[in-house]
Amino acid sequence: MTEPKKGRSGASFLNDVRVRGIIAQIVVLGLFVGLIGYLVSNTIHNLEVRQIATGLGFLSREAGFDVSESVIPYSPADTFGRVILVGLLNTLKVAVFGVLIATVLGTVVGVSRLSSNWLVARLATVYVEGLRNIPLLLQLFFWYALITVSLPNPRQAHKLAEGWFLSNRGFKFPWPVWEHGHTLGAIGLLVAVAAIYLLGRRASRVQAETGRRPNVLIPGLAALIGLPTIGWLLGGAPTAFDVPALTGFNFSGGALVSPEFAALLLGLSLYTSSFIAEIVRGGIIAVPWGQTEAAVALGLRRGMVVRLILLPQALRVVIPPLTSQYLNLVKNSSLAVAIGYPDLVGTANTTINQTGQAVEGVAIIMLAYLTVSLTISGFMNWYNGYISLRGGR
Amino acid sequence: MKRFLLAATAVATVSFAATSAFAGPTLDAVKKRGEVICGVHTGLAGFSAPDEKGNWKGIDVDVCRAVAAAVFGDDKKVKFVPLSAQQRLTALQSGEVDILSRNTTWTLTRDTANGLNFTTPNYYDGQGFLVTKKLGVKSAKELNGATVCVQTGTTTEQNLADYFRANNMKLNAVTIEKLEEVNAAYVAGRCDAYTSDASQLASIRANDVPNPDDHIILPEIISKEPLAPSVRHGDDQWFDIVKWTQYAMISGEEYGVTSANVDDVAKTATDPNVKRLLGVTPGMGAALGLDEKWGYNIIKQVGNYAETFEANVGPKTPLKLERGLNAQWNKGGLMYAPPVR
Repeated sequence: MTEPKKGRSGASFLNDVRVRGIIAQIVVLGLFVGLIGYLVSNTIHNLEVRQIATGLGFLSREAGFDVSESVIPYSPADTFGRVILVGLLNTLKVAVFGVLIATVLGTVVGVSRLSSNWLVARLATVYVEGLRNIPLLLQLFFWYALITVSLPNPRQAHKLAEGWFLSNRGFKFPWPVWEHGHTLGAIGLLVAVAAIYLLGRRASRVQAETGRRPNVLIPGLAALIGLPTIGWLLGGAPTAFDVPALTGFNFSGGALVSPEFAALLLGLSLYTSSFIAEIVRGGIIAVPWGQTEAAVALGLRRGMVVRLILLPQALRVVIPPLTSQYLNLVKNSSLAVAIGYPDLVGTANTTINQTGQAVEGVAIIMLAYLTVSLTISGFMNWYNGYISLRGGR
Repeated sequence: MKRFLLAATAVATVSFAATSAFAGPTLDAVKKRGEVICGVHTGLAGFSAPDEKGNWKGIDVDVCRAVAAAVFGDDKKVKFVPLSAQQRLTALQSGEVDILSRNTTWTLTRDTANGLNFTTPNYYDGQGFLVTKKLGVKSAKELNGATVCVQTGTTTEQNLADYFRANNMKLNAVTIEKLEEVNAAYVAGRCDAYTSDASQLASIRANDVPNPDDHIILPEIISKEPLAPSVRHGDDQWFDIVKWTQYAMISGEEYGVTSANVDDVAKTATDPNVKRLLGVTPGMGAALGLDEKWGYNIIKQVGNYAETFEANVGPKTPLKLERGLNAQWNKGGLMYAPPVR
């Protein structure tokens, strides 16, 4: 290949490939900026022409509508800003539980598909192909209808044990009345987790120096059980429980898993787990069989082969697509409004309708999802970098 | 490089300058297009719903047909756009529809900050509660602690919360987006009560629950819901046309002009009010920027207010609604058309 030489024989600098490349990029960028500017100014202009209110002042006005469940205290007398926060926290609640359940289920099913047991492998295949090929919205409707239609009304609720009720209003169960002892217990739990982490690091160091790994299981378990118990006892060992009881139309007291939350969580985690199962299966297959053989030949036990050889290599393949699935789960949770779970989109939509400020409302929704998704992405990318091959070792 | 900057500036200038292209009277746009685009409900029997042949029927639909009759002399020149409760205001604001005639409550916020102009109510409604008889509740005041199903994106949500707060009652609201899903949740027993406008509850009770006799609408009406068509801010002529189309229908009932007798009345009328309404005495059409036969066409092709009420929601329909507040002003109702003169 002969490259055109610059400044030769009167040829215009426009014939230079590099210059033309730069110009093309600048033109595209200019058009993009122009388009965004046009859209923004056009929107503002049209809102003005139609005398539609703008700005974020509405966030501090009284919302005046109820939401069926909330992580933080909420009443209709609170502001639109707070009700959107309530929605965001509800979205995060279902996302956190959904990611955990989907990951566990997906891993189990993914490993099962590789099982040498014919039945287990086939069942896992049916699970994956069934769940990932039915639209999620339909699955949500199915679970919601199943829960509301099949369960009895509160007056005929299934009583599983004293204070444990299952009805079409949800699953009600006793919950400890929060006292000083519980706070101390929770602090104890945090200290225990930190202690186990430090124990594990010390064990690795000792192993590296002496070749023997000290037993961390017994002291770890002791810390995990002992420290929260000590905290709880120091706080006066509170045992009061808020037990649900039927009053009027419904149960009052205790904690509740609503049908909407249950249906959404079930739908999201099952659907996503079917994709995760395939990712896990792919990750395991990607590690050459020779690695396992070599590890066994070195005399590693089965558990160690998985933990030290298979998993670290499989994870490198698994993490990037797994991140996409987590992001999908979070975004899919916006289907909640179809079955009445008050998530971010649901509460923000009502806010938009009450205030009429669609542009601001939609911007808030987008910004919230973007923030959550970028946080997950950022964490997963960091984790991916952490476990990836490092040169020079 | 300089050349590029000049080009970029030019592009940007054009982009920004083009913003003033919007505006222009709605009537001209409608005439040029050859049809009125009308936002209606996705399917609420009696108000706006397609019948078995796919033709839109209902009192909200009739407002749109009447406007088409007034503008084109042909009530068929309407394109109906079904809208959800959430889409409706944005659809009108953004110019996707010319009229929003979709059982929409006239409120101060919508009339001002949302950039809408409400013409005049075509149905005076109020919010009520639908419950199963099994529940044994006789009054909405007994609903303390009840779980209530409600559709999202409506004034209903706020009225519900207000009513329970005002009466110191505990509320569990289950808010669902689509009407069909709210109905399903109520039928499944997810909620003790279903709240909506009383006319809508009548429609749901008649059409969407397995056995209508097992359900009752409680006597309390907890809010004022003047349901009115609306148009965008900033086009007074179009606002006038829609408003006076409705008044023509109400006046028609007041003066006893129906779709059946309008031809005879037009020939024999002596009442100057009727003559002006039907264009026998010219002037009114010109004032609106329409054909002089606008009023005649509305009543001939769509009918007066009583006709559309009886055909769509009245006692002989599945909804079985009485005239009540929607009777003429001289019969104890609120339907009152200003003089056509």
